[in-house]
Amino acid sequence: MTKSTSSYIIKGEKHDWEVVCGLEVHCQIKSESKLFSNAPANFGSAPNSNVEFLDAGMPGMLPVINEECVRQAVRTALSLNAQVNNVSEFSRKNYFYADLSLGYQISQADKPIMGPGVVVLDMPDGTTRNIGLERMHMEIDAGKSMHDQHPDSSFIDFNRAGVGLMEIVSDPDIRTPEEAGAFLRKLRAIVRYVGSCDGNMDEGSMRCDANVSVRPVGSTELRTRCEIKNVNSVRYVMQAIEIEALRHVELYEAGRGDEIIQSSRLFDPNKGETRSMRSKENAHDYRYFPEPDLLPLVVSDELIAELKAKLPELPDAKKERFIQEFKLSPYDSAVLIDDRNTAEYYEIVAKIADPKLSANWITTNLFALLKEENKTIANSPISASNLGKLIKLITDDVISGKIAKQVFEIMATDDKDPEKIVEEKGLKQITDTSAIEKIIDELIESSPENVQAFKEGKTKVVGWFVGQVMKQTQGKANPGVVNKILKDKLS
Amino acid sequence: MDQVRNSLKKGEFSAVELAKSYIQAMEKNRDLNAFITETSEIALKQAEESDKRIKAGNAGLMEGMPIAIKDLFCTKGVRTTASSKILENFIPEYESTVTSNLFSQGAVMLGKVACDEFAMGSTTLTSFFGTVKSPWKDQKGEYTVPGGSSGGSSTAVSGFMAIGATGTDTGGSIRQPASFTGLVGAKPTYGRCSRWGTIAFASSLDQAGPMTRTVRDSAIMLEAMAGYDQKDSTSANRDVPCFENAIGKSVKGMRIGIPKEYRVDGLNEEISKEWDRIAQILKDAGAELVDISLATTKYAGPVYYIIAPAEASANLSRYDGVRFGFRADGPFDNLDDMYLKTRSQGFGDEVQRRILMGTYVLSSGFYDAYFTKAQKVRRLIAEDFKQAFEKVDAILTPSSPSSAYTIGKEPKDPLEMYLSDIFTIPASMAGLPAMNVPTNLDSNGLPLGMQLISKHFDENTMFSLASVIEEAVDFQLNPNGLKE
Repeated sequence: MTKSTSSYIIKGEKHDWEVVCGLEVHCQIKSESKLFSNAPANFGSAPNSNVEFLDAGMPGMLPVINEECVRQAVRTALSLNAQVNNVSEFSRKNYFYADLSLGYQISQADKPIMGPGVVVLDMPDGTTRNIGLERMHMEIDAGKSMHDQHPDSSFIDFNRAGVGLMEIVSDPDIRTPEEAGAFLRKLRAIVRYVGSCDGNMDEGSMRCDANVSVRPVGSTELRTRCEIKNVNSVRYVMQAIEIEALRHVELYEAGRGDEIIQSSRLFDPNKGETRSMRSKENAHDYRYFPEPDLLPLVVSDELIAELKAKLPELPDAKKERFIQEFKLSPYDSAVLIDDRNTAEYYEIVAKIADPKLSANWITTNLFALLKEENKTIANSPISASNLGKLIKLITDDVISGKIAKQVFEIMATDDKDPEKIVEEKGLKQITDTSAIEKIIDELIESSPENVQAFKEGKTKVVGWFVGQVMKQTQGKANPGVVNKILKDKLS
Repeated sequence: MDQVRNSLKKGEFSAVELAKSYIQAMEKNRDLNAFITETSEIALKQAEESDKRIKAGNAGLMEGMPIAIKDLFCTKGVRTTASSKILENFIPEYESTVTSNLFSQGAVMLGKVACDEFAMGSTTLTSFFGTVKSPWKDQKGEYTVPGGSSGGSSTAVSGFMAIGATGTDTGGSIRQPASFTGLVGAKPTYGRCSRWGTIAFASSLDQAGPMTRTVRDSAIMLEAMAGYDQKDSTSANRDVPCFENAIGKSVKGMRIGIPKEYRVDGLNEEISKEWDRIAQILKDAGAELVDISLATTKYAGPVYYIIAPAEASANLSRYDGVRFGFRADGPFDNLDDMYLKTRSQGFGDEVQRRILMGTYVLSSGFYDAYFTKAQKVRRLIAEDFKQAFEKVDAILTPSSPSSAYTIGKEPKDPLEMYLSDIFTIPASMAGLPAMNVPTNLDSNGLPLGMQLISKHFDENTMFSLASVIEEAVDFQLNPNGLKE
């Protein structure tokens, strides 16, 4: 079997197979308190310290909707180009597990808050692709079970129980692992821009289940799919989809397609395989019925309009604007808008210095620095305005690119105005031709063998001359000027 | 209560003295087994505080009134069991809104009284804490059931062990026990009383209400219990009128509906005659009797026994032995094993029966045929009443097809037992306020009562009519099963 990476086709011996994938993404709603109780909805508190009586499923307790969560969900729906339903209903999804204190999850079944929408993917080659969203609904999160803390007891932490979730369900439009990755990254960018979710897969504030099936290329049928649950990084989602699709193809090609049962599976990144979960998880009748403790949720057109008007500039719009305003490539633009803080940083820099150079410096030099120091752009050691000034010094011919890198290093430890640093360290570029000419004349005199080499056609020896000039000027000579004078004098 | 109120105000006796006399009555009639948990110390402390407030002129609506609390209301720091083994030792850390309201109006808590387990039943015989005997004995001198599910409440009040008691009514659990024991029992409009902190049976039906010896007491106590609660999303955001003002008001010109469908085949002759007698009383008082038809009446029972168990099956899922309450003895093979053993041992037969029924009607393949259908019919039942109330201001029916069963001779077939609710269920399905007024004794010497149903949030009308009936019938509450 071989895979063509351009359009993800799995070539089997009998058929060519394409992947059909839909993603269900659970995003924890960023809010002060939980969806139906007053307990704090933050992450990282001591176990069972953020638990109200309702979250613990105590007798007689009742849910009351948190309006802030509803606003977050509506804002998210609007930024997904989706229809917001004026009237939606909550339902009880019934099953028993130790971390589900009520014995049912309050969710939304037939009448979710958000209808169909679209996510636009930024592909690595600069193109875009639309992935349809079927719906989004609100529901509560369960607590966390820990089975490995004690030989014969399981521990349950209910801090997470009751936290609001937005479950975003895509259509089965995804065809390649790359698309899945791009989908998750775009979704993460959107919810972070809107401020409705932290989007941290490693912390669990964003979780992804992948539904995977395959079919022969050209077919439009939907074959049996398997759900790979709770994969906690974008990279693992991509790997899991690849591995699961291959598993299906192998079975179909061997005539054992009936062994593919609609079921839930776990991805093991260490072994590079998916495994079936305990079978009792698979045969669930959730007995959904309308939640009798809550009234239908009504969201007025006025509220929708009000929230829409106050949305920040969203990733896709910002990407377009960067392309138009700063003349960036779609790829560069996509990289810069992925994080709202990066985009804002970039705009400050690009207003001072050349936009293209600014993009380069940020995505290469600055990102490398941040990674090294384990910082984010929000607490970047170098401020945007200073970086902008630095880049302008290059285009103004005050310093060379090479010197600029030195100044950059200095700024990383002491975020001063680069002009001051250049001044203090005497790093100004030497453009004075007479000084350079003098040095070159001396070099020509003192190394006639190199001059001879050049005349014999070994033009690479120019590099030696340039190196010597740089050495003698502590790197401050303007390379362009040096090269010009050398060419004049050596020819 | 109005007499007690006056006496307390005048200083004829103190709240502490009053509480002490009721505590004595409670102790004397322990054999009736109404109380699961007695809270005499708390009662005396509360009574002391009441005396202070009365002296300062700050008396609340229920100041100093010693009441019993159905063990379905969570009382902070005081054991709350729902009459179930699975909550045998459960002590809530929160106070239900209804009891909180009563205490802030000065009520004094004598104790928690028994009920059918998780409010499921019509006799209180399913209580884990043993048989509750009504203070009324039949002609043969045998004890009768106090009705259900609020049987501990009805025993306490008709046995003069409390001046009033809280009950809850889902399909008739206040009205029927009131009828069996000769009390006034009122179920207000759905949403009048907050359900926060009240152990849930069927969320869309449950309502708290007072059980008292007079109509005026019922009005006073309901006003104290009711009120909007933002912690309950189904709570009605409506002002609570002073219901006491409705007592003694003229009912001249009121139109009283007599629904023909309640005259069922084989209806007890005495009850049928009593119904006519009370209708005549209202006519004599100036009301107009109107024959009406509530064609959906016969569907109310089946619909109730689909919807209520369905909601209950989910409401009772939280009783799983994980976080509180009873957990069976281990070791366990796995989590499911723990659940099975805990819930099989912790729940009684009737509760298990209803959980199974509820799970069944919600399960895939049956949901549409049962649950969806039942909800549709429920809307029709509500519509039936709505149309009737365009022609009438209130409806008069019997409360129960029989008087109290002798203990040991109650219907053994659960389905037959379910028929005891046929008169009370329809009003519950429509969320309408309804109450029982005791009117007479039957040939067995046991109480009979009539039911009044009025429009949404129009409890005033039913209190006015009840007050007229009460005055005319002059029912004597003198049960023969009490210790001297």
